[in-house]
Amino acid sequence: MAESFTHEHDVLVIGAGGAGLRAAIEAAAAGVKVGLVCKSLLGKAHTVMAEGGVAAALAHVDDRDSWRVHFADTMRGGQYLNNARMAELHAKEAPERVRELEAWGALFDRTRDGRILQRNFGGHRYPRLAHVGDRTGLEMIRTLQDHGIHQGIEVFMETTVVELLKDGDRVAGCVAYDRERGKMHLFCAKAIVMATGGIGRAYKITSNSWEYTGDGHSLCYHAGAQLLDMEFVQFHPTGMVWPPSVRGILVTEGVRGEGGVLRNSAGKRFMFDDIPDNYKAQTADDEAEGWRYCQGDKNARRPPELLTRDHVARCIMREVKAGRGSPHGGVFLDIAWIKPHVPGGGEHIKKKLPSMYHQFKELAGIDITAEPMEVGPTTHYIMGGVRVDADSQMSTVPGLFAAGECAAGLHGANRLGGNSLSDLIVFGKRAGEYAARFAKENGPVHIDRGQVDAAERRVLEPFGRSAAENAYAVQHDLQDTMQDLVGIVRNEADMAQALQRLGVLVERAAKVGVTGNREFNPGWHTAIDLRNLLTVSEAIARSALLRKESRGGHFREDFPDKDKRFGTLNHAVHKGADGQMEVFEVPVPAPNDELKAVIAEMG
Amino acid sequence: MAKTTFSIFRGDSEGGQFAQYQTEVGEGMVVLDCVHQIQADSAPDLAVRWNCKAGKCGSCSAEINGKPKLMCMTRMSDLPQGEPVTLEPLKAFPRLRDLVTDVSWNFGVKQGIAKFAPRPADVQDGTWRMQQEDIDRVQEFRKCIECFLCQDVCHVLRDHRKHGEFAGPRHFVYAAALEMHPLDTADRVEALKDQEGLGYCNITKCCTTVCPEGITITDNAIIPLKERVVDRHYDPLRSLVRGVIGR
Repeated sequence: MAESFTHEHDVLVIGAGGAGLRAAIEAAAAGVKVGLVCKSLLGKAHTVMAEGGVAAALAHVDDRDSWRVHFADTMRGGQYLNNARMAELHAKEAPERVRELEAWGALFDRTRDGRILQRNFGGHRYPRLAHVGDRTGLEMIRTLQDHGIHQGIEVFMETTVVELLKDGDRVAGCVAYDRERGKMHLFCAKAIVMATGGIGRAYKITSNSWEYTGDGHSLCYHAGAQLLDMEFVQFHPTGMVWPPSVRGILVTEGVRGEGGVLRNSAGKRFMFDDIPDNYKAQTADDEAEGWRYCQGDKNARRPPELLTRDHVARCIMREVKAGRGSPHGGVFLDIAWIKPHVPGGGEHIKKKLPSMYHQFKELAGIDITAEPMEVGPTTHYIMGGVRVDADSQMSTVPGLFAAGECAAGLHGANRLGGNSLSDLIVFGKRAGEYAARFAKENGPVHIDRGQVDAAERRVLEPFGRSAAENAYAVQHDLQDTMQDLVGIVRNEADMAQALQRLGVLVERAAKVGVTGNREFNPGWHTAIDLRNLLTVSEAIARSALLRKESRGGHFREDFPDKDKRFGTLNHAVHKGADGQMEVFEVPVPAPNDELKAVIAEMG
Repeated sequence: MAKTTFSIFRGDSEGGQFAQYQTEVGEGMVVLDCVHQIQADSAPDLAVRWNCKAGKCGSCSAEINGKPKLMCMTRMSDLPQGEPVTLEPLKAFPRLRDLVTDVSWNFGVKQGIAKFAPRPADVQDGTWRMQQEDIDRVQEFRKCIECFLCQDVCHVLRDHRKHGEFAGPRHFVYAAALEMHPLDTADRVEALKDQEGLGYCNITKCCTTVCPEGITITDNAIIPLKERVVDRHYDPLRSLVRGVIGR
């Protein structure tokens, strides 16, 4: 079997969201030949959906902010399972990366003295999120895209990678197909940066698009890399719940940052009912103090709606289960109530949250300036990912780097809102820089034809099967399994059942057949993505089964409390010698003395 | 639940025909939901582009009953009830397959427009100061999600096929965002006149009508750019001065 096209690069970046674009720009700046492969058109990656903002301790709105506070907030939010070195680099470098975006043309909303404006967000002690209304991700991806197209990067749009290639221990390239013609491509590269984003399509209710099938996680795993923290999936507390066809679409945390409150069917602000001990000192005593905080009173503390996402999601589930939910199984998110309290009233809301106004008006027929939204948890993000070196972002496979959502470490057990966009640019840059350095320091790679042929054979196999399984049906059943059995509330029996069902789905996936030809055939693409979805689903279920405690995004009803021992370890998975998935414990990397002191002072 | 008939273009660059599908339409469903249902039930190889399903990425552009729209933001309840729905690919670009067109021309055009070139930093720390009022109008342009519906509806591209000489509304919005960016120092006026064919636009405002982001493309982007070209090239006083000094 022979692929139609062969390409050679020093650094190949897979994925063109914020992390991939930033990595490609950095690698190109280092003077090496860079290729960029993406599953969709340029500028359509999920970064475009990010709404609220990018977290960076610029201290423009509150001068008490600093990298130390941002670092401490990130660690507290992650329940101290974070890689402290990554959290340190992130907090220190985010401001410079944000200013760099401005130098490349980004136009963030402004303070009165003409600097970048920052807004409140869950888990951040001070107003920290640089933003553009509620379309910050669009501003960021467009800025990187429009800058990147002038840097000599060779872009391959609508191209999907199906296998990484190895040269001994080292990564050597990958096999991919283009959607337009269905032709196979061989990419040879001295270094690869994986930046493929998340795994949301493993769940039925998700804010993620069709692309997020865990490709990078799975490709790296099958190439011998380790995955870390896979039990930690973030269920964003506020997704749309009605009408059914829009269930899961994100409602930005920015609504709560601007003063939006959560109420149950009795009209009660239930978030005041349960405030975790480690946040009590930072949380408002009553509604009046919470509102003063949203209006910028530096002496007031955050309203409980701005507690971390894992906690807010569970409180919403509790209200719904107790029969105090909204008519369609969510709770009410009300921003309209602020109208009499702000200059401009409804216009103020539209100005601050234009795309939310638009989204509810168009898709649900609801005017958010006049009535409350119905919201409930939606699968949004995975904290777990490829295990990488904190400084270089290189995985355990030489030459294979990972950045952004598909890498692990920064967020620990729970990610703070706004820390993803900053993650992308801080570690995207680092991955690009170190990948370029690796490519310069290492010689050419040798491609093993056997690996290429095997990958191409596997990808084309479904065409040979007639009257077989339907790829969409298998994907649908997988989503049901993960949603029902490895979702927000987990237990041992459910997850054991999930693993058994995933085993059956692996067999069904091997029988999937495809009709039509190779040109832009979504049925075929869905069939190919199944291996990735099954791999990450198994990694999530196996890691979650072993973590017999509740922490961050991982909640076990059979072990509802935190366990001290589990607070010192991460779970890693890798492919064993017999091809089976193995899970093992690794100690959480200890922070250095300076960072320990910061945690002690502010944690 | 009521079944609705969809008449969907199936084919490629060589040609094709409309195929009929029936699917059940539930409450709140948008056109893209119906297309996905048809894919899962009866046409797994039906080609369609989509990503965010929330009007933020601009991938699922198509012609619904002949009108350029995003499939993810068109609710079934807003279409004529009890009548078949026709879905076709965009007309201004080469067809690839079914509802998918080759929009790569747009990416090339953008690359040809001079990039952002900021003035030196205002402050020693390398940052700038800008007032919100001064960036409001540029922020409007930067809402663009690159769905290319404005390109599709523009008769200069759609009917007259001036792809080689005319950049289209999307790229005038892009150029306007750069030209009106408070920090930018590059000059795109000559290129807009000579390479990007701004003069072809006769301000019928079709682009503004179809923009799903509500960008006032013609009034706020194209007309001010046209004024810049006119000021430089067709201002009688300037022409006189140019004639006298010989440049």
